[in-house]
Amino acid sequence: MKHFILVLGVLLWLALPARAQDAFTAALPGLAGGFGDIATSVEQLGTAGDPRALPLLRALQEGKLQKAPDGRILLPQGADLADAATGQPADAAGAETVRLNNRVRQALRGALGRLQLVSPDAAERAAAADAIFRSRSADDVKPLQTAIARESDAGVRARMELALAAAQLVAPDESAKRDAIARLGAAGTVEARALLLEARTANPGLITAIDVSIASIERTLSLRQAAETLFQGLSLGSVLLLAALGLAVTFGVMGVINMAHGEFVMLGAYATFMVQEACRGIPWLAPWSLPLSVPAAFLIAAAAGAALERGLIRHIYGRPLETLLMTFGVGMILQQAVRLAFGAQNREVSSPPWMQGTLMLPGGISVTQNRLWIIVFGIAVLLLVVAAIRFTRFGLEMRAVVQNRRIAATMGIRTGRVDALTFAFGSGIAGMAGVALSQIDNVSPNLGTGYIIDSFMVVVFGGVGSLAGTLVGALTLGVVNKVLEPYAGAVLAKVFVLVAIMLFIQRRPRGLFALKGRAAES
Amino acid sequence: MSASLAAPAPGGFGRMSLRLVLIGALLLLALLPVLNRLPADSALHVSDFIVSVSGKWITYAILALAIDLAWGYAGILSLGHGAFFALGGYAIGMHLMRLIGPRGVYGHPTLPDFMVFLGYKELPWYWSGFDHFPFAILMAVAVPGLLAGIVGFLAFRSRITGVYLSIITQALTYALMLAFFRNDMGFGGNNGFTDFKELLGMPLNTPSARSTLFYASLLLLLGALWLCGWIARSKLGRVLVAIRDAESRVRFLGYDVTQHKLFVFVLSAMIAGLAGALYVPQVGIINPGEFSPGNSIEAVIWVAVGGRGTLVGALLGAFSVNALKTWLTTVAPDLWLFALGGLFVAVTLFLPRGLIGLFSKAAK
Repeated sequence: MKHFILVLGVLLWLALPARAQDAFTAALPGLAGGFGDIATSVEQLGTAGDPRALPLLRALQEGKLQKAPDGRILLPQGADLADAATGQPADAAGAETVRLNNRVRQALRGALGRLQLVSPDAAERAAAADAIFRSRSADDVKPLQTAIARESDAGVRARMELALAAAQLVAPDESAKRDAIARLGAAGTVEARALLLEARTANPGLITAIDVSIASIERTLSLRQAAETLFQGLSLGSVLLLAALGLAVTFGVMGVINMAHGEFVMLGAYATFMVQEACRGIPWLAPWSLPLSVPAAFLIAAAAGAALERGLIRHIYGRPLETLLMTFGVGMILQQAVRLAFGAQNREVSSPPWMQGTLMLPGGISVTQNRLWIIVFGIAVLLLVVAAIRFTRFGLEMRAVVQNRRIAATMGIRTGRVDALTFAFGSGIAGMAGVALSQIDNVSPNLGTGYIIDSFMVVVFGGVGSLAGTLVGALTLGVVNKVLEPYAGAVLAKVFVLVAIMLFIQRRPRGLFALKGRAAES
Repeated sequence: MSASLAAPAPGGFGRMSLRLVLIGALLLLALLPVLNRLPADSALHVSDFIVSVSGKWITYAILALAIDLAWGYAGILSLGHGAFFALGGYAIGMHLMRLIGPRGVYGHPTLPDFMVFLGYKELPWYWSGFDHFPFAILMAVAVPGLLAGIVGFLAFRSRITGVYLSIITQALTYALMLAFFRNDMGFGGNNGFTDFKELLGMPLNTPSARSTLFYASLLLLLGALWLCGWIARSKLGRVLVAIRDAESRVRFLGYDVTQHKLFVFVLSAMIAGLAGALYVPQVGIINPGEFSPGNSIEAVIWVAVGGRGTLVGALLGAFSVNALKTWLTTVAPDLWLFALGGLFVAVTLFLPRGLIGLFSKAAK
């Protein structure tokens, strides 16, 4: 029994191409005839599924197919012509181009689509499904059903199913139509909706079913829209989070207002650029320059921060307004120095290959990879900061100095060193924010100025001295900005957010997550 | 709080000598347009450039005075005073735009060029009234005053002080800049207003218009100096200084701190608005760049360089920093931002009382 099936299978396998080849050769002469004959031949070639049919039909579509005076069909092969039936080189004398009319073109599109459906290349199969979706006819139902049955790629199958539903909608079978309408409703895409709207006028009997499906699609679409807005908001929020985390340490924890913070972010972005340029010559290293630039940016910004704290800021502790002015001046100098060193024009930091492209989440939500990575990076940095403050010796000393400087000093903590390290730590985080920003914004000397005000808003909104407040503040501001944008435009959304924060401070002058008890006294 | 900065001691670097220097300098300044009228080959002739630049600097000095009143006396460090200055400028700019009338490029009888270009059919409602000069001047004072009143009320009521207030005012001017950059605001978008023709019947960009605007600015400067000085010496001024140095204590003594601060903040914004209104006809252009936070903070550094809480220091700072800027941006433009940044650092570290403090130390 087993053997019998095997033999039968082998026989069938042998027989199928043979029969197909027969059909292929049988269809060829028609191509030399009138437009009607050509169209019939094309349709036959499309259903035969012979591998040689695809190049032949393509040549026909491009107007390169020739017919010899004796009726043989000649296919261009490089610069020469070959007999389409035998594959032997043929004489081009007296050959003329096989001409097309609209009917042939239509037949060609369908036939090519069906042939491509069985192509070994997944991208070609997907393209074929899309082509059928556009040109849909009742004849496509069968080949599509066969193709779907053996399709292994889920993404391609989804597109084939959409094309099948489209074909079934124009086929006469009433129950298949209802089935197709239900499946289109479940697919929940813009194309499916357009298809259903078109079918609505053509099928008066099915209007209720179609309307149910359209309503379902619209629900899906608005949910997806909301999810994508949320995602964009979260990614903007994590950019703000990164920029504001450093501030939460220097301003929130130390109480030092650093207007040069944005310039530290800018330094981090330029460090990323420099690491990228350094890695450019080493092919195996080049895709990993971005992860490498994270420590580089941290160290450069942290060194700048430590120098600023030791050199200048420590002399005017306790005079916040002077600190504000002085650090603003430092920011100006840094900006101008970078402008002179690197030029005023934007520098390009390219995304590594593993960060490019769009990711499709379940439910058809598309997210750009680099934005996704920024969210991941922002959360990772937040966790690192929390861990550093909670679990390390440095974090312990830092908290001690913040709570009570004198007693901390009595306990043997070198408060000056802790101050410098804390400030360097906060500045280093700003540098890491610069790495993330280099992926979504232009790296230019005034990169930081655009973010500094927003970052301060995040810290003020979330509550000075609270990392949780910074997280919630940043994500809230990011999402609110992105939700408002479609209604008010980016600029007015920003203005609105600023006004809202001012009003919010009326209710909670110390922010969302205000410190309570003794620590709150300042 | 910065308790180190008491009001300058009476006596000391003699009030008399300070006053004499000031009067001398102002007299010299007042002579400039007269010297400008001398024949060009005269040794005392002063170029048009110097007159127009000093006219501009006088309006800067008024702005610095306004900042000093709020910061030096009441301890309110506003990083958004440039916004009040620019709003005053926009108010007079709207008037100047209306005066162009049909002489614009498009020749529309009422609409300014940019409105024709943007497809406006009629003047927006908030442009009505600006064809009258008194109304425009009123708005140049009232709009900044109103804005300062709202922001100040919200901020001082919830006891937002120090750097928080600075950041909020900076956010305010930043938001205004973004808003004025928009074309659909009806204020000319990023091009702002320019191509002015005349003011009060006199064609701009003539020697007589220049000197008239110059003397108007000088008069306003003297008026503002007198008003601020009077406030500083009054009981109100003493309460303001007390608020600056120990806000809570003044509150517990029964003074209404919020109202005092609100008064001085609104007054300061109004003076800044008037300064802007005199600035725009002299430079002939106003655009949203005037709202940029950098401008406001630059004005603050004038006051810091001169010496805050002294009024005269504000004038000294505005003139000297701008003189340095004009000179350096022609000699070595790349160095100017280094110099400005260096000024921020040097003044806060080494000259907390500014040039005036340096002089009084030298006098001792």
